[in-house]
Amino acid sequence: MDNKPKKWSYIYLVFVFILMYAPIFYLIFYSFNKGDYMNGFDGFSLRHYQDMFADTRLMEILVNTFIVALLSSVLATLIGTFGALGIYNTKHRTTKNLLLSLNNVLMVSPDVIVGASFLIFFTMIGMSLGFGSVVLSHIAFSIPIVVLMVLPRLNEMNPALIDAARDLGASNYQVLSRVVLPYAWPGILAGFFMAITYSLDDFAVTFFVTGNGFSTLSVEIYSRARQGIDLSINALSALMFLLSLLLVIVYYFISNYSVKSSKKKRGGAAGMVVHQ
Amino acid sequence: MSNKRTFSYTVPYILWLVLFVVAPVVLLIVQSFGNIYGHFTLDNYATYFSSGTYLRMTFNSVFFAFIVTVITLLISYPMAYIMSRLKNAQFWLLLVILPTWVNLLLKAYAFIGLFSKTGTVNNFLSFIGIGPHQIMFTDTSFMIVAAYIEIPFMIMPIFNSLVELDRSLINAARDLGATPWQTLTKVIIPMSMSGVKAGIQAVFIPTLSLFMITRLIGGNRVITLGTAIEEHFLVTQNWGMGSTIGVILIIAMAATMFFTRDRKKKGGRRRG
Repeated sequence: MDNKPKKWSYIYLVFVFILMYAPIFYLIFYSFNKGDYMNGFDGFSLRHYQDMFADTRLMEILVNTFIVALLSSVLATLIGTFGALGIYNTKHRTTKNLLLSLNNVLMVSPDVIVGASFLIFFTMIGMSLGFGSVVLSHIAFSIPIVVLMVLPRLNEMNPALIDAARDLGASNYQVLSRVVLPYAWPGILAGFFMAITYSLDDFAVTFFVTGNGFSTLSVEIYSRARQGIDLSINALSALMFLLSLLLVIVYYFISNYSVKSSKKKRGGAAGMVVHQ
Repeated sequence: MSNKRTFSYTVPYILWLVLFVVAPVVLLIVQSFGNIYGHFTLDNYATYFSSGTYLRMTFNSVFFAFIVTVITLLISYPMAYIMSRLKNAQFWLLLVILPTWVNLLLKAYAFIGLFSKTGTVNNFLSFIGIGPHQIMFTDTSFMIVAAYIEIPFMIMPIFNSLVELDRSLINAARDLGATPWQTLTKVIIPMSMSGVKAGIQAVFIPTLSLFMITRLIGGNRVITLGTAIEEHFLVTQNWGMGSTIGVILIIAMAATMFFTRDRKKKGGRRRG
């Protein structure tokens, strides 16, 4: 392009970024407030952080949230990776397209629909709501993103690699563990990270299937926010922001690694979208 | 790999497809034809279409989602355009994506502080002499927060379509004597329509179904389809009616996707 962006465009860019980040930094800023409200900064204090760590209920929920995230993303990655292999190995064109469309149903459905329909499903099969139903739901809504992360890697793979391994006498298991899975590994890892973030971020689906006894962080923040301002939530948000930053950086490196070899360098950022 | 082998390790995936993709949707549709005693009936649909309340609520929900989509589009298009012309475009895109990784509830919670009666926004309004106002629990506050949350999802697809745009077309337009305005309206905007459509899908459908924002910011009123579904399932326990509204939401979603369909559409999780 011949003309460089003009000055006003930089001003606009900065303005929009300020809009996007202001609420987040506003939350973090007031987590250091000595006072109890998000208006008027009374002085620096770490007491809301102390409150947060002393809040055993909140800490318990934090641990629960991470257990659910890790458990569901490991299982979703396993099921999704083999699902992607299944779709990859499906030669029949119509079946393949049908599988792909079914795979994406949960991705395009609004969360309330997913949550409500899972609630009907769990009630129908007589499953009690709580830890189990939350983990199952998180596995369920994370599987499609794993498939979408792994499948492109498989499609990129040169089929001659598999034929060569076969010719050299590799068994099905060896082809899978020595050739296919190592090749798809960056996609599998990316899918795993997306599954973790989906699980950590989810509110709506969890809210529907969680029942009374069990709670995750999002659900807890929701019920506390309905009571009004509580600055230990601000302290929590500061920690969560740092965690997101860390996850984004890790994910960015994984996905950059995974696109390094591919011809079209679309940039790692494009796929890392979490829509709540 | 033999067919038998393929079958064995995909069993969990197939089970997932049947139990968590097909079955819940079927159950939701079946439920929408049931009354609170579980008998088959068309009453829910009759109530939905005959009662003004449901239709008005649906209209409001579509109207709010429309306004939110327009606001985000107006803010996002110039933003995506500027970003696409910068050198470190991928870095800026990362900065756009980062807020989407922050928990939605935390972002909504920030606005409770910002918009409260003695909050920062009202302090500022008082300072410049036009406040304070009641901002929380209004339709406006709901739309502002929804737009805030959806902006990154509008910027990203537009940005991607603008980055993919062939630069020589713009140069050609200039060479042929087009003014910058003509280049923008006759070349750049039409060529980035696929991104705009994807952005509209990514914003409009979730905004129809948002319910936590309406509860927290919009003042606990049932003003979107999402809130109505949540209300029927978790508050009044009328699952039949809730499912009926769910079916309406699925139809609205399908209609939106039909009107904004594009041949090179990309998948992405659309949650809300």
